[in-house]
Amino acid sequence: MDFGLSEDQREIQRTARELLAERARPERVREHAEAGRSDEALWRELRELGWPGIGVSERYGGQGLGQIELSILCEELGRSLAPVPFLPSALAATVIEQDGSDAQRERWLPGLASGETIGALGSSVDGVAELVIGGREASVFVLIHEDGAGRLLAAADADVSPVDTVDPTRSAARVSAGGAGEELGAGACSGLGRSLVSVSSELVGVCDRALQMTVEYVKDRKQFGVPVGSFQAVSHRCAQMLMDTERARSTAAYAAWAADSGSEQLAEAAAMAKATASDAGREVTASAIQAHGGIGFTWEADVHWLYKRAQIDAALLGGAKRHRARLAELLARQTALAPVEGAPAG
Amino acid sequence: MDLTFSPSETAFRDELREWLAANRLQDAPNGAAGEDAHYAWRRDWQRRLYDAGWAAPAWPVEYGGRGATLSQSAIYFEELGRARVPLPANVLGLLLGGPTLMTWGTPEQKERYLPPILSAEEIWCQGFSEPDAGSDLAALKTRAVKRGHEWVVTGQKVWTSGAQYSKWCMLVARTDTEMPKHKGLTYFLMDMEQDGVQVRPLRQITGESEFNELFIEDALIPDENVVGGVGNGWKVALTTLMNERAGLGFALQIRLRQLLDDLIATAGRRGLLDDPLYADALAELHMRTESIRLLAWKGLSDVERYGQPGPEGSLVKWLWSDTNQRLTQLAVDIVGPQALTWGTSWSYEFLRARGNSIEGGTTEVLKNIVAERVLGLPRLKAG
Repeated sequence: MDFGLSEDQREIQRTARELLAERARPERVREHAEAGRSDEALWRELRELGWPGIGVSERYGGQGLGQIELSILCEELGRSLAPVPFLPSALAATVIEQDGSDAQRERWLPGLASGETIGALGSSVDGVAELVIGGREASVFVLIHEDGAGRLLAAADADVSPVDTVDPTRSAARVSAGGAGEELGAGACSGLGRSLVSVSSELVGVCDRALQMTVEYVKDRKQFGVPVGSFQAVSHRCAQMLMDTERARSTAAYAAWAADSGSEQLAEAAAMAKATASDAGREVTASAIQAHGGIGFTWEADVHWLYKRAQIDAALLGGAKRHRARLAELLARQTALAPVEGAPAG
Repeated sequence: MDLTFSPSETAFRDELREWLAANRLQDAPNGAAGEDAHYAWRRDWQRRLYDAGWAAPAWPVEYGGRGATLSQSAIYFEELGRARVPLPANVLGLLLGGPTLMTWGTPEQKERYLPPILSAEEIWCQGFSEPDAGSDLAALKTRAVKRGHEWVVTGQKVWTSGAQYSKWCMLVARTDTEMPKHKGLTYFLMDMEQDGVQVRPLRQITGESEFNELFIEDALIPDENVVGGVGNGWKVALTTLMNERAGLGFALQIRLRQLLDDLIATAGRRGLLDDPLYADALAELHMRTESIRLLAWKGLSDVERYGQPGPEGSLVKWLWSDTNQRLTQLAVDIVGPQALTWGTSWSYEFLRARGNSIEGGTTEVLKNIVAERVLGLPRLKAG
């Protein structure tokens, strides 16, 4: 068992972290969030580096790398909260590549891989997706119906109305398909599992940054003459934040590996990753605000951007409860198949 | 990243699995036969493991082990758990005492003590905790005074599992009262078979007695039974404590998995898997159990790759105890009132789990360790 990243993967991680630490500084993120627009210059730069196509196969102009590499970028973008439509576009590309027909792939993947086209993915009920992240910029939508069937449509054919969410670091829209668009491949949506992993990885980045900011703050902030981080009520909260973050990290890593190794465990691993990361994202960022005290509740402290991103990501493609329900279904199915042995006497 | 076993790990696992399948253990003697009969059964089990070279695969070949890697050692404990066989009787000697001697012992000590640990001829126990020194271990007061070529020991120890069966006790005692508390401690091997050592069982909330109190009055320890030098006891004890959680976690993790599978099957039979509240709670337990497995393996992977554990090592025991407590509580809800009937396995598991967050480092202490050593938060100022 080896959880370590390869040399190439670590290089991607290092490069991404350094670049975003420079180009997506908190003040810049805040500036774009307050103006309600994405960072065009940064997006151009990421396009030049080939980021949008990292997971798209080479035949469609991508880099042909795996979910592990895609997850690395998602985590770093989550850490920095960079105001770019990377995640929604990557989610759309993943599902089109995994579940689309050849014609659909040829039509959309080259543009998504180069970043010229922006895509977005949303969950829909009766053909309407109330909250599609990246929906304002997107020119192609993938809507996943409750039963798992996917629908693909160009923005021009959809009824798109912008929505302001609690998280202005990314745009959002309400998208109604009406009767427009076409079915996505067989409608099986095996790309959905991978998409859940990408969102989970972004949440890991959000958690990690929230923990790091909090630890720095409670070491520095003094009350009663000592750093507040020396009080166990505070330090044990931080320990819990690490627990939640590391649980989310290891389950997301497992799910990314399952995606790349063609494991049959992907459906279960992805549900587990999304449920774990959704809970972690909400708990850890809430704890970050609490441990910062009054300052954590202010606009200037920047902790709230993480809290807000975590809420959106936690809800995206289904929250923790929905994925636990999915897990329970899988467990019930396995239990029905497994022979009963050695159950303790009731 | 490769979350599969390597060919050598698979071969190791398969060899052990085959051996375990071919050497089915007789059923444990029932409760009425008493704890002594149960212990004799576990001792016999270790002898069979020993004869086949499976008592301590992690020990170096020169001391009678297989020189197993960390991963192989983890597989060993996973497989024992999966086969639902008990740990070897002399688990403290195998996991703690042996490795501590290998690090700190003299050649004579290694030659004298290691072989009977492995064969279960001599059982070991651990004399660290005291009534007034639990989490604050370095506050221990048991005194050892040098007299000629031997030490005279007086004091009290507590939570000593297996003391009534033990020949040797890993004893930490204060040899210098002038020094600050972490200094002035010495690590001894104390012969349990002497009048100066009295063992009294501690009855725990499950009704059984896994643990004991030791009353030590003018017990004698020859000078050659000092391990790691006089005044060096804290460092030697840390070696023991570091070994404590390493392998055991994998056996505990598999045991948790089996309990959860049993509980899910019970819930299924009672039609509760379709109840959203139970389904949610069981899925949450499944996620936690999987987290423990992943964190435990990730911790090992980090050690093998980078030579030191990541933050996971400190998290596994904390998460395990919390999860086992949640699981056994949910079991009471799922199984119903029968789970509270004295003597049933669920009532036992439910009561026993209460100790999990205390034994081997309380959850509060583990959180302190995470906060101070992993996150680098300022150390709590204490006396």
